[in-house]
Amino acid sequence: MGKVVVPVGPQHPALKEPEGFSLTLEGEKVVSATVRLGYNHRGIEKACEERTYTQNIYLIERICGICSHTHSTCFIQCVEELAGVEITSRAAYIRTLVGELERIHSHLLWLGVAGHEIGFDTLFMYSWRDRELVMDLLAMLTGNRVNYGINTIGGVRRDVSSEQIKDILKTVDKLEERTKYYIEVLTQETTIVQRLAGVGRLSKEDAIRLGAAGPTARAAGVKRDTRKDDPYAAYGEVPFEVITDQNSDVLGRGIVRVKELMESYKIIRYVLERLPEGELTVKVPKKIPAGEAISRYEAPRGEDVHYVKSNGTEMPERVKVRAPTLANLSSISHMLEGGYLADVPIIIAAIDPCFSCTDRMITVTDREKDSKSMLDWNKLRAYSIDWHKERGLDFSAISHLREDGR
Amino acid sequence: MEDKLSLFYILIFPGFIFLSLYGLLIEYVDRKLYARFQNRVGPRWYQPLADIIKLASKETIIPRQADNRMFRWIPVFALAAASTSVLYVPIWGTNSASSFDGDILVVMYLLTIPTLTFFLAGWYSKSIFATVGAIRALTQLFAYEVPLLMALLAPALLANTWSFTKMAEFYSHHPLYSVFNIIGFVVAIIAVQGKLERVPFDIPEAETELAGGPFVEYSGRLLAIFRMAIDVEMVVVASIIAAVYIPFFYNAVPVLGFLIYVIKTMFVVLILAAIRSIFARLRIEQMINFCWKYLAPLAILQIIINIIAKGVLK
Repeated sequence: MGKVVVPVGPQHPALKEPEGFSLTLEGEKVVSATVRLGYNHRGIEKACEERTYTQNIYLIERICGICSHTHSTCFIQCVEELAGVEITSRAAYIRTLVGELERIHSHLLWLGVAGHEIGFDTLFMYSWRDRELVMDLLAMLTGNRVNYGINTIGGVRRDVSSEQIKDILKTVDKLEERTKYYIEVLTQETTIVQRLAGVGRLSKEDAIRLGAAGPTARAAGVKRDTRKDDPYAAYGEVPFEVITDQNSDVLGRGIVRVKELMESYKIIRYVLERLPEGELTVKVPKKIPAGEAISRYEAPRGEDVHYVKSNGTEMPERVKVRAPTLANLSSISHMLEGGYLADVPIIIAAIDPCFSCTDRMITVTDREKDSKSMLDWNKLRAYSIDWHKERGLDFSAISHLREDGR
Repeated sequence: MEDKLSLFYILIFPGFIFLSLYGLLIEYVDRKLYARFQNRVGPRWYQPLADIIKLASKETIIPRQADNRMFRWIPVFALAAASTSVLYVPIWGTNSASSFDGDILVVMYLLTIPTLTFFLAGWYSKSIFATVGAIRALTQLFAYEVPLLMALLAPALLANTWSFTKMAEFYSHHPLYSVFNIIGFVVAIIAVQGKLERVPFDIPEAETELAGGPFVEYSGRLLAIFRMAIDVEMVVVASIIAAVYIPFFYNAVPVLGFLIYVIKTMFVVLILAAIRSIFARLRIEQMINFCWKYLAPLAILQIIINIIAKGVLK
């Protein structure tokens, strides 16, 4: 059998979001793989420039359905730095608490997805059932299962009561027991180990060279964790271990994630025990002084970076988001090459990709002329107005949608 | 009279109608057990039938580049082959609808046809996912077929016959002899997962890589026929395993005998569902290694044991 090209994506059951992977196969072996981004561009960064900082919290939170707290915290940290305010330590502790709960829910979700990708649906069902426990906790604490809306500039919006603390501790005990079971399953179940060990290798050197982040890097033995390297919120005071693994394969990435769950339980217990008294918010002026700031946050998937430039008004001049998936995507084709077709879904899933968070731009490829061009904001706006016009909806009368702006 | 009886056998019992209904029931039990093992609620009893009706009422789409005639006929072949094979398998009592010395091989051949149709279906779909799935289906066939056949031949050796009916008769007279066949039972149960393309051997379909493999282009009525064929195949396979390895408690009273048959096949389904829920899908080369390294030697061991047992006991 000669070489065949198999398109995995943009629509494929292995992918939960659209993304293009083009695999060249020789039999079942992957000879080369190319990744194509950009199916999910939503123009969030540009939209941020037309909203106030407070409105932006809610927009930024919706970059990702899973690490929503990640993005909102990361953005707010930038704004707080620009405004020169320091949040109270109670607020910092609550941010840490929600951040860790989010990590638990994200890692349990990953475990289920990984199980599904290797055809082990029982693991999928079990871990997602346990994930409901932490989702319920988040709903109890913040009112929402996802997109918690607990952050605000200068602090947090909701307090944690002593009954809630009791509930959280009880659930965390239950989750810890389940996680011990998952560690056992992941390291000892024969078919799982057979499917994961040695798959999608990424050596320490390659991980550093390709700029891998989060569990993908830590599984290769790179001790890189923003919570330790550049502590934010309450992480400077909380003792915890940075989990690394020497396996540098998909199994290692799984082990790092489940072991990180155990660390998260430790952090949550510590935070709840020593929750300091104090106000929830400090006052921040509506107009943020001019300047620029960058902030880092250890998302469940790796390091998330936000950049905010302010011009002294109520709205930011520029917001830039670098989601962790972008950092990990560059290592994907390296990991796919030389592997089997059967391993492709799990290798892609092992970086815990979040594609819609990643896409920042659209490139249009003209197949006939074989040329590539980029759509800037104005062109995109004009295109969308025309698109709707052709279908009988005329938006051109609305002033701020016109090409010349407002 | 003879002709009418044959028609009854083929169309009603144990032929097409019985097989279809029992196949749907078995699919329900399988899905329900699978769901319960996974901590889910699972479907209602009529869900498999509802699925078939829904599929049958949907539009059938045939890809432009696919071979139109083959594309339409292949599912029918699968269903026909699977339904025919049941005629030689004892359902209740030790008698099957028809039997001759050598029907074991005929049934095995007939049961290979559905797998071949999966290959052809994938091949003639002319879709890249279907083609890869088709090649996997054929590759897998070579791995599980030999251990499965050997595992079925070993009990036949001991019973000194090549027909299912005589084999069932022999073991019902000498029930203790079937203790020898335990290894064969294990081998057959595992190999059958490959034949039915279920986890851990659902490699050709592999939803997350191949999006359904050979069936990726099938829709509507044609897909419904394929699903029916797989259900029927499951009934036949469960009946064979029950007849060969669990040859006890045959009863001449029709209702009671049938109940015993149901219990036996459901027991087989229980084991199949349990296997499906505790394993991850293997890679194709791991599956082939496993079948040739472990299953085939075990099946040969079974044959040797039975040859020795036959010599000693005679």
